[in-house]
Amino acid sequence: MRSTVALKAAMAISGLIMVLYLILHMYGNLRAFWGKSAFDDYASHLRTFGEPTLPYRGLLYIVEVVLAVAVLVHIYSAIVLTRRDHAALGKVDGKRYQTTQNKRGVQRSYASFTLRWGGVVIVLFVIYHLLHLSADNVIHPGGASDSPYVRLVNGFQIWWVMLSYLIAMIAIGFHLRHGLWSAFATLGINNSVKRRRRLNQAAIVVSLVITIGFLLPPLSIFFGWIS
Amino acid sequence: MTEYYTEGTPIQDEKAPATTIEKQWDERRFHTNLINPSNRRKLSVIIVGTGLAGGSAAATLGEAGYHVKSFCYQDSPRRAHSIAAQGGINAAKNYRNDGDSVERLFYDTVKGGDYRSRESNTYRLAQISVEIIDQCVAQGVPFAREYGGLLDNRSFGGVQVSRTFYARGQTGQQLLIGAYQALERQVAAGTVEMHTRHEMLDLIVIDGRARGIVVRDMVTGEIETHFADAVVLASGGYGNVFFLSTNAMGCNVTASWRAHRKGALFANPCYTQIHPTCIPVSGDYQSKLTLMSESLRNDGRIWVPKKAGDERNPRDIPEAERDYYLERIYPAFGNLVPRDVASRAAKKVCDDGFGVGPGGRGVFLDFTEAMERLGRPAVEAKYGNLFDMYKQITDEDPYEVPMRIYPATHYTMGGLWVDYDLQSTIQGMYVIGEANFSDHGANRLGASALMQGLADGYFVLPNTISDYLAQGPFDKIDENHPAAKAAADGVRERIDKLLSINGTRTVDSFHKELGHIIWEYCGMERNQEGLTEAIEKIRKLKAEFWTDVKVTGENEELNQTLERAGRVADFFELGELMCIDALHRTESCGCHFRSESKTEDGEALRKDDDFSYVAAWEYGADGSGPVLHKELLKFENIEMKQRSYK
Amino acid sequence: MNITVRVWRQENHDAKGKMVSYPVNDVSPDMSFLEMLDVLNEQLTVEGHDPVAFDSDCREGICGMCGVVVNGIAHGPKRLVTTCQLHMRSFNDGDVIDIEPWRSGAFPIVKDLVVDRSAFDRIIQAGGYISAPTGSAPDAHATPVPKVDADKAFDAATCIGCGACVAACPNGSAMLFTAAKVTHLGLLPQGQPERDERAINMINQHDAEGFGGCTQIGECTAACPKGIPLDMISRLNSDVLHALTHEHSNK
Ligand SMILES: Cc1cc2nc3c(=O)[nH]c(=O)nc-3n(C[C@H](O)[C@H](O)[C@H](O)COP(=O)(O)OP(=O)(O)OC[C@H]3O[C@@H](n4cnc5c(N)ncnc54)[C@H](O)[C@@H]3O)c2cc1C
Ligand code: HEM
Ligand code: HEM
Ligand code: SF4
Ligand code: F3S
Ligand code: FES
Repeated sequence: MRSTVALKAAMAISGLIMVLYLILHMYGNLRAFWGKSAFDDYASHLRTFGEPTLPYRGLLYIVEVVLAVAVLVHIYSAIVLTRRDHAALGKVDGKRYQTTQNKRGVQRSYASFTLRWGGVVIVLFVIYHLLHLSADNVIHPGGASDSPYVRLVNGFQIWWVMLSYLIAMIAIGFHLRHGLWSAFATLGINNSVKRRRRLNQAAIVVSLVITIGFLLPPLSIFFGWIS
Repeated sequence: MTEYYTEGTPIQDEKAPATTIEKQWDERRFHTNLINPSNRRKLSVIIVGTGLAGGSAAATLGEAGYHVKSFCYQDSPRRAHSIAAQGGINAAKNYRNDGDSVERLFYDTVKGGDYRSRESNTYRLAQISVEIIDQCVAQGVPFAREYGGLLDNRSFGGVQVSRTFYARGQTGQQLLIGAYQALERQVAAGTVEMHTRHEMLDLIVIDGRARGIVVRDMVTGEIETHFADAVVLASGGYGNVFFLSTNAMGCNVTASWRAHRKGALFANPCYTQIHPTCIPVSGDYQSKLTLMSESLRNDGRIWVPKKAGDERNPRDIPEAERDYYLERIYPAFGNLVPRDVASRAAKKVCDDGFGVGPGGRGVFLDFTEAMERLGRPAVEAKYGNLFDMYKQITDEDPYEVPMRIYPATHYTMGGLWVDYDLQSTIQGMYVIGEANFSDHGANRLGASALMQGLADGYFVLPNTISDYLAQGPFDKIDENHPAAKAAADGVRERIDKLLSINGTRTVDSFHKELGHIIWEYCGMERNQEGLTEAIEKIRKLKAEFWTDVKVTGENEELNQTLERAGRVADFFELGELMCIDALHRTESCGCHFRSESKTEDGEALRKDDDFSYVAAWEYGADGSGPVLHKELLKFENIEMKQRSYK
Repeated sequence: MNITVRVWRQENHDAKGKMVSYPVNDVSPDMSFLEMLDVLNEQLTVEGHDPVAFDSDCREGICGMCGVVVNGIAHGPKRLVTTCQLHMRSFNDGDVIDIEPWRSGAFPIVKDLVVDRSAFDRIIQAGGYISAPTGSAPDAHATPVPKVDADKAFDAATCIGCGACVAACPNGSAMLFTAAKVTHLGLLPQGQPERDERAINMINQHDAEGFGGCTQIGECTAACPKGIPLDMISRLNSDVLHALTHEHSNK
């Protein structure tokens, strides 16, 4: 069970769960265009969803637990696999090939090249992001607030907050562009040339939608379309 | 010419049962001694070579429960030279309902071999051919199929029935991978011990029985001895004696030659096959030649300019100034004359100065007419991959300029002499595949070598060897046995000698020169004068080799120069024997044209009254010259006829 | 043309290797890459130096014995050819060409450009076969195989076991090689009974040999002289996952 393929499958499934979360999250964020109350109500709605069957924040707890597991599985597998992969290269003096030509291979994409460091960037971002917009609003550029909407608006008026999110979202875009395609192959559904093209297209579309979808509210705030 | 050899007593195969030819194989199997499965574990067999013959034999004997030790010089058994075979494999399945049968395959093989093969062996080969295809399909060999899901066949090498099974242009690869996988399955099961990158350098014979081999671990240089109750050689052909051939770089005669020196007779060494459609040599750095399928001759027309040394672009040479020499000399068969005729004619026009391309060693194979007749798409569909390969190698586009082709050595019919059981004249040493001489006579039909290799390995040897092994297990021996010690010491001495010469010439330069001599004088056309000259030249060159070769490095490492030096040293001895064999056979037969033996209109003349025998040579201890033992060939089932293509 | 080659020289497995430069003059564009190395070796031998060790046998692109990394690309710059079928016309006068062995933890270096690929044999031993003892076969026509399956199986079966996929993969993965075999046998009716077990056992051996995992980078396919397509890796994954999630497999 500890084969590379099994770990990869775990990685793909956890990744896909995270992608699902991201899509929902993105939808929530896009409600910022409906205005403060729509956005904040949505946030509180999420917390009271299913009451009284579920306790306060019940849904969120479930989501958080699932997410936390997914993140842990994803990171654990990423570390184990990355270690294996590095060991498999048989490097001498820290280099695999001595030549300085064709370092990037023949056809590999930037997205595939940056998968791992991109992942690390994402982790750092999520920590920063939670401290910023969730948790206790520990970091509060532009001023703290109980209203998530206000936090958003306060934060994204500042150029470096905007820039940090921009970079992070692009990193996510790249990670997903390759990650999604890879997940499909890992799960065994890339089984013809035609399929390969389709799955690649799907990966590009989803990652573009997610990147742009996430970036719309902050950019709108930054450029003052939302205030 | 008898100063080169002496004649010994005739020999004869004693194993084929005296019954009608159809029943011989059943009879033989019925009378072999069987071995209880639980006793097989105690019996061991060494198999040298992992090609179609050795690989299939090791897999089958392992499966049967014997303890098998398998050896090859490559880094994996999957790379044996069989992998390069392109065209296909024959079998008398008659799936086409076109009149094929075991009888017809038998007949075609004997006739194709120009009546110089043994009827009993050839008949059995045709019988077994049918089972081979079944076996390979069961292993997952992906033969070409038709839309109905059944196997496809084609006609090959000018025969009238479609009995050739194929797997695109890589039949050899697919068959070998099948055998290799079966072999690896036995390795996993623990019945086969695999030794890759190990080269056999001598045979250990004790009390007249083959009991082991001396090998060199090609990575560490260690000289090891391995022992078993029987030894099987499946080490392939010796076409590389020509230096340039379609064989793989490592193909060699060493295993066979060392066994020959230890007492195994070497049969018909001068029988080698030259293939007419190879890509010509482009320069003297050339390391090997590439074969292109013979099927090209179905639609291509062969010609040379009528003016010697005509350097014009072939497209600019008008029809009237072209010599379609095959069509001219052989109006009935034209470009489809058999391999040997086409090869010889090509060499002749080049020798006469009409050749084209670098060094004037090539003739045109022109598809202009075919493209006009069939249209370019049809030609592309039929030959596209071959054209691509040609372009890849020569950088010339055959759709635009005619291809250039030239003959090259391709297969060796000669090899160690074996009886019906495939046992050599050394007890307990069996020889299978291209390494033996048995089934193809003086010429081999296309697509029959793969068939023979697999017949020997899967079906014949596993049945016949048990008859011998039933006498075992023989006394245990180890590396301290005097015979083993002597053999290993001999190998070490030879290596030390090669390393200590430290002369001025490289191994390859000697090999090239030797190959050139054999090609010129002992190739497709020979005569007494040339052959005697060749023998002198080889002897001189050999002496020079042993005083002036430069072998760098040491034994205790991967030393490819040393490996080659050992092989070339054996090629010298073989080359001399080839010339002696060719010299003594003053007839034209199979792919060999003896210029003193021809009909009035200059065609090959076989002399059945004088030469209807297998020439099996015994090694003459240094200086004394080889001893000829004749095995007379009797044709009771097929009537002998002279070939004619006019 | 005149060129310079920089070759990885390493005396044996335990020695430390390094790149060494040699000039090679009068190279003909019609020479194959390995013939160029032959010429270099003749030159080195005459000068009394140790020639460069490299593997090759058939020299026609089918045995899988040859293979070096040329300027960082496994089997060199030309697609769909092995090193032995690469010709010097793919290079220019004055070029400096870097030549290195397949680099992978699972392919220990034997000497210079020669590596030990026996890991591939062990992957096959783990299950890359159909158990069909000699003599037990039904008539070849007993089981028709749909042509599409037969053709696809054939595409997979063209793998020559050269190892370029491993040398090219940034993860040192041998998934393409393993997948080619699993696909070849898994598509044929004869291969069905052992299909699950085969996939699991082969992937386990692949991992045990120390090859990396596949992150779908695709360099393997690009370097593969036989153009084994990437989707075969997905088939392998699918077979493994199927086997892992179904009862009858006991691993
Ligand atoms: C280009 C080409 C195309 C061909 N096409 C066809 C075709 O279409 N149809 C057909 O029927 N035939 C064809 N042939 C002929 C056929 O491929 C061979 O005759 C046949 O494969 C020989 O098989 P084998 O098992 O006897 O030997 P090989 O496959 O040559 O195997 C020899 C084995 O012996 C080992 N070995 C050799 N020497 C030593 C040693 N000293 N120590 C240890 N191991 C050693 C090698 O490692 C190897 O494993 C073709 C041949 C060539 C060259
Ligand atoms: C937490 C930080 C993250 C790290 C360190 C990380 C790292 C990686 C790595 C190294 C891979 C490739 C692994 C391999 O194929 O061997 C990968 C794949 C993937 N990642 Fe991430 N990632 C992270 C976060 C995310 C997030 C947040 C998502 C989704 C929103 C995601 C989705 C995916 C997907 C779908 C794959 C493809 C899985 C596969 O190849 O089968 N990852 N990740
Ligand atoms: C521009 C992009 C983003 C914006 C504007 C944004 C905004 C927010 C806001 C406002 C919250 C607080 C919600 C609440 O407390 O109710 C939040 C929570 C969160 N965000 Fe984001 N987010 C963005 C991108 C991301 C990304 C890319 C990820 C993951 C990779 C992510 C992961 C999370 C998580 C895990 C939470 C915590 C949810 C919880 O507390 O249950 N966010 N985000
Ligand atoms: S998959 Fe391609 S690159 Fe890999 S071993 Fe097979 S042929 Fe070579
Ligand atoms: S390059 Fe490597 S990552 Fe996978 S797609 Fe090929 S094995
Ligand atoms: S030497 Fe055989 S593939 Fe290159």
